[in-house]
Amino acid sequence: MPGTKKLLLIGGMPLLLLGSWFLPGWLGFLLTIALAKGLVVLGLLLLMRAGLVSFGQGLYYCLGAYTVGALGQYLETSNVLLLLPAALTAGLGVATLLGLLICRYRDIFFAMLSMAFSMILYGVLVKTMTFGSSDGFNVAPPSLFGWAPANDNGPLLTLWLALIITFIAALFVWRYLRSPMGYAAEAVRENEIRVEYLGRSVQRIIYTKYLLAAGHIDPEMAYWTTSGEFVFIALVGGTSHVAAPLLGAILFELLRTYAFEISPYTWQMILGISLLGIILFLPQGVWSLVERYQARLKSS
Amino acid sequence: MKLVIAMLMDGVIYASWLFVIAAGLTLIYGVMKILNMAHGSFYAIGAYSGASLVGIYLAGGNPVWGSYLVLLGAALVIGALVGLMAERGLLRFMYGRDEVVMILVTYGLLLILEDVIKLIWGVEAYSTYQPYTLLGRSKIAGLSFANYDFVLIGVSLLVGFLLWWGLNRTRSGKLLQVVIHDRNTASTQGINVTRMFTVTFVIGAVLGALAGALTAPGISVMPGLGVEVIVLAFAVVVIGGLGSVGGALVGALIVGLARAAAVHIYPDAELFVIYGVMALVLAFRPQGLFAIASARKI
Amino acid sequence: MQISLIKKTSVAGILVAATLSSAAFAADDYKLGLVTFLSGGAAGPFGVPAKNAADLTIEALNNGTLPAPYSSKGINGRTIVPVYVDEAGGATKQSSEYRSLVERRGVDAVLGYISSGDCLAIPAVAEQLKTLTVLFDCGTPRVFEENSYKYVFRTGPTATMDNVAAARYLKDNFEGLEAVSGINQNYSFGHDSWNDFIGTQQVLNASTKVSTKQFPKIYAGQYGAEISALMVNSSQVIHSSFWGGDMEAFLLQGAARGLFEEQTPLLTTGETAMFRLAEQIPEGTILGGRGPFGVYAPDNALNSWFRKAYTAKFGTPPTYPSYKMVQALLGLKLANEKAAEKVKGKPTQDDVIAAFEYLEYEGPGGTVKMNRGKGHQASMEMVYGRFTNKNGKPAITDVRRYVADCVTPPEGVSSSEWIEQGLKGAKCN
Repeated sequence: MPGTKKLLLIGGMPLLLLGSWFLPGWLGFLLTIALAKGLVVLGLLLLMRAGLVSFGQGLYYCLGAYTVGALGQYLETSNVLLLLPAALTAGLGVATLLGLLICRYRDIFFAMLSMAFSMILYGVLVKTMTFGSSDGFNVAPPSLFGWAPANDNGPLLTLWLALIITFIAALFVWRYLRSPMGYAAEAVRENEIRVEYLGRSVQRIIYTKYLLAAGHIDPEMAYWTTSGEFVFIALVGGTSHVAAPLLGAILFELLRTYAFEISPYTWQMILGISLLGIILFLPQGVWSLVERYQARLKSS
Repeated sequence: MKLVIAMLMDGVIYASWLFVIAAGLTLIYGVMKILNMAHGSFYAIGAYSGASLVGIYLAGGNPVWGSYLVLLGAALVIGALVGLMAERGLLRFMYGRDEVVMILVTYGLLLILEDVIKLIWGVEAYSTYQPYTLLGRSKIAGLSFANYDFVLIGVSLLVGFLLWWGLNRTRSGKLLQVVIHDRNTASTQGINVTRMFTVTFVIGAVLGALAGALTAPGISVMPGLGVEVIVLAFAVVVIGGLGSVGGALVGALIVGLARAAAVHIYPDAELFVIYGVMALVLAFRPQGLFAIASARKI
Repeated sequence: MQISLIKKTSVAGILVAATLSSAAFAADDYKLGLVTFLSGGAAGPFGVPAKNAADLTIEALNNGTLPAPYSSKGINGRTIVPVYVDEAGGATKQSSEYRSLVERRGVDAVLGYISSGDCLAIPAVAEQLKTLTVLFDCGTPRVFEENSYKYVFRTGPTATMDNVAAARYLKDNFEGLEAVSGINQNYSFGHDSWNDFIGTQQVLNASTKVSTKQFPKIYAGQYGAEISALMVNSSQVIHSSFWGGDMEAFLLQGAARGLFEEQTPLLTTGETAMFRLAEQIPEGTILGGRGPFGVYAPDNALNSWFRKAYTAKFGTPPTYPSYKMVQALLGLKLANEKAAEKVKGKPTQDDVIAAFEYLEYEGPGGTVKMNRGKGHQASMEMVYGRFTNKNGKPAITDVRRYVADCVTPPEGVSSSEWIEQGLKGAKCN
């Protein structure tokens, strides 16, 4: 990474955090959700680089959320420095276990098996009355040792956290993709032979294990449609750059919000047509537009 | 004893319902390598056309027995039409893409069709129970079963037989098997793969619509119908082995019996028994029970 | 790199938002966010009937053609402009949509929500954004039992009374009831319904046995195995809180197999199917309407206007979700106008909230008393009756009405505690 770019990145962060203060609440909320989803998709991107698509990524999303929710309820804490590592550990534990089993699979079978596990979690949660069954329950807004910054539109800490964690995770993934390991993943896809390493790749996904953002959690997070949404986002964004899933997630959330607004009765159709349009005309995802633009800049 | 018979009967009836849905899905996958999410929409369209046309037919004061023909006709004509439009109008532009991309393409199609269904039929429920109740019921070991459900078993056996016969005993079926085995070689041998694709997709769509039309009399046809069955059908197909019609039959039986056993013995497990079975089968047979062997690219 | 892009996108988002939200709305309009299911399995039985009722009522309110005391135009003379949003997508999505409604589209109030999950999630956001919000249909008692809110009201009674009243009805009509069984959907509403029902049943008649309890997946559609299980483990009454398509499918499939010939179904939401499936509902089926709605609605001017107008416009008589929608709209209107009367001018939101608390008013379903949840939660009477189609005309017999205090826990007691403690403090007629 050239020095100036790095500087820009590091300098941009506080600016962005500051700027978030002035965002209208709905956009801040939408961004938080989009970043949380982008983070999940970032994990998905790693898998897709290795030629694997998971239709069960919702499992980790849901697991992280419930870890945070359950701890918040039983320990009555909202301290992110406690909740996040806990969610991470839970995700890591399950991912390691499942990774051992799942890493033998590929293609559709990988997708379907991961979906099956996610659906089993869904089934368990729906049966768990202490967690409110399918209604779920509310989670207190997070704090940092009791400190919870807010503006008129609601708490800001979640958005900041989402920004910082996404940033760190993206940086990490970016480095990773350029490491020998990362190239190995490309190689895996190229000749479709699984390498033991895949188990480890699954572990990377645990970076996505958190969702303090929504304030409300329910088992639907582990339902297959949620996982499908992540794959949707991955394709919208593209997999060629770490920023692509984030861009994809933000675009997806905006698209859906406006589809709801423009056509409350037929918003699914708008989503479907956009999806088909992107697959047809931008097979590398929206990020390819950015790449094209960059290429033009370079050539001129 | 009563319990065992109940479990068997329930399992088989449920399995025959699942099989008609899953057969089209697995056929399309076997030939085209498309895991068709829009299959759920075909199912829903079949159910809506069946229910609404039977409604119109009966409102005209026609005899109830004729409604079976209406159901069948609706599934055939409308299923074929929708399948043809989907394949010619959309999918053919996407051939050669990654399997996962194709899932997303059909997901997009599913989203669009969900709203098209709403625009055509609205959101209110359609129920046309006359074909379902006309046949009466019979008792087995002291338990009543609707005779319509026995017809369903018959239809699903017939579908299974026709598919087997078509694939193994007819010329075009054998050509299709060549396509299934190796698409590229098939096309170099002069087989019109494009036409095969279209025909397969239309047959698959008709089967989806047929499943919907046959289900319609026993339920209330409402929005969101298709999305619910699609994951079930996926589970069946994956258990049986993607692309194998015989596998789908076995998969349907396993799922049906497992679910019936859960309902009778331990109802709390109803929701995860299907996915549990799926995870279990895949743990021992990573490709499903009857997967078609495929060459590994090295 | 990625960061500057996020920024660009968000800026673009704001710009798009700004242009869209400045769409021409007269300053004098009362913009009302209306959230119900417009897609998915809950759209047909609940979402769209509620939306239809809203369209009808808002039009009548804006024209000032409703019977007194609702005959003044709009809300305080302001024309009501509905902004519809689909309730699909889950609680997180709805929180996001709620923020859009309030912050971007500038609605004066939000009215809606059918799903209990949404009703649990939305109030927290409503408090943050300090926006008057009326929940109209969702049933979970947890909303005001676990929390208290300033800006949130629920004009529909909770689901607790459906099942408490169901058990009371059995006590009053089925002497020597020995066994019941249940089939409910495997999600919160289904579990809660069954627990409330069987809890009350055991309070009222401790010797009742449970033959079997089934919890099939919501929207499953195929109940063959469950019906067999209900036949094998037979009882006198089958309790079910199935709704919409699931309830109708269960009715059709059960009737076709003769399930209901020896066992009486008790359908807590059965009223919605009463006219649609009149031929298929077994004689004597116990039907609930989740309150004094539909066929159970009292004979008042408002109800006769509503039934007539709704049937004329949509070709079918209104069911309970439609009633609950009208009830919510009327409550909102009345609270606004009472507040205006009190301050003799344009009321602030806080004035409206003060007027809404402990409000008592008449809706098409009779008297609504906002006397639970610190004045934010309605209580109403509950009615059960049995279906009959003897004269070729679907009707209800053996109607029993239970006053609110008989089937609703007293203020400050949660539903589950109340049932556990043997319905202490219930005042029955």
